[in-house]
Amino acid sequence: MPWTRDQIAARAAKELREGLYVNLGIGIPTLVPNFIPAGMKVQLQSENGMLGMGPFPYEGDEDADVINAGKQTITELPTTSYFSSAESFAMIRGGHIDLSILGALQVAQNGDLANWAIPGKIVKGMGGAMDLVAGVRKVIVVMEHVSKDGPKLLRDCGLPLTGSRVVDMVITDLGVFQIDKIGSNVMRLVEIADGVTLDEIKSKTEATFDIRVAGN
Amino acid sequence: MGKVFENARDAIDGLVNDGTTLMAGGFGLCGVPGALIEAVKETGARNLTVISNNAGVDGVGLGILLETRQIRKMISSYVGENKRFAQQYLSGELELEFNPQGTLAERIRAGGAGVPAFYTRTGVGTVIAEGKEVREFGGEKYLMELGLRADVSLVHAWKADTEGNLVFRKAARNFNPIMATAGGVTVVQVEHLLEPGALDPDSIHTPGIYVDRIVHVPNVAKHIEQRTVRKRPNA
Repeated sequence: MPWTRDQIAARAAKELREGLYVNLGIGIPTLVPNFIPAGMKVQLQSENGMLGMGPFPYEGDEDADVINAGKQTITELPTTSYFSSAESFAMIRGGHIDLSILGALQVAQNGDLANWAIPGKIVKGMGGAMDLVAGVRKVIVVMEHVSKDGPKLLRDCGLPLTGSRVVDMVITDLGVFQIDKIGSNVMRLVEIADGVTLDEIKSKTEATFDIRVAGN
Repeated sequence: MGKVFENARDAIDGLVNDGTTLMAGGFGLCGVPGALIEAVKETGARNLTVISNNAGVDGVGLGILLETRQIRKMISSYVGENKRFAQQYLSGELELEFNPQGTLAERIRAGGAGVPAFYTRTGVGTVIAEGKEVREFGGEKYLMELGLRADVSLVHAWKADTEGNLVFRKAARNFNPIMATAGGVTVVQVEHLLEPGALDPDSIHTPGIYVDRIVHVPNVAKHIEQRTVRKRPNA
């Protein structure tokens, strides 16, 4: 069986380490905090100007001045700090955020990422995505392996790029890929979801990839 | 004459004309200078250029200036939530310049600090790079981006003293303090207006030097775009 959205998020959570500063995009990435191992301290940054994001508030406790980058009401923690948008992106651009987990429309085998615009459709804007992928040390994409239009892991992104050679890892419902974006530019399949076959992954992937799955 | 004005209309009097460039603080509907935007609407000024991370939603925030078709151009990072925006953009009435959010913030910070341009990795290899100088530092490519200023900056703050020293509240800070530095004239609406000495000088976010005009707007309407909650556990 391919992984569910929750299982994709749980797999992404395995990449978390004690003390990391992490920025999460909208969609599947917002499920990742549900799978942070008990006792592990991870600080979540929200690019609108908050470090140390807590869970959603209890009904009736919403504060219009405490929102995340998805404009959702959230809560603060004892460790929370607030700062301006310039300071927030200085953190991001300056390489102080360790990990960014975000969704994608397309990923190319060299780490190119497209996740903000579809020509011919209304373009809403890139928000902070271009800054995040250019500035954060490690970028993990979580996404469905294919869209209704076909494969999303491609030789080249056809859609407008968010960043060039920026993705380190892609976790889909079918498996996990690593991309050596700095050196060889090679994409490797390193994990296959339980019950999914290599043939299925090959048939649903346009990108060229090496196979380094333990046991294969 | 001091910096404090009676009402929002007086606070922007004489500042906003046809073709004026405005900055408006806020992220989504959080920390938006709504009373000042309402006063801009009342001026009837048209062909405005507005620099703001978002464009409000229909009928709220900058949405009200889109409704009256007073905005000719927006410089923003994300405009997703506004249907009227989409209509005016598709019909060609409204010009749109997308800036990556961090680039937008740094352009404003630089503009306010007298820095004409800077280099950033953000946007290298994307459409954002088109027409911009690319320069290598340490073997990596960077884009040159220009500092950004406006004729008038509209800011929402939580507390101010009559000197214009400002304190923002929680995530309502966002673009407000940097925009305060980058306006030819900076106008602030403030929830709580205090006498000098009431704010701790060590806790001031924006020093009064950046603030030209202040209007006290108590009980300001605060809007929530995405109300997300969890169930309270049974006591």
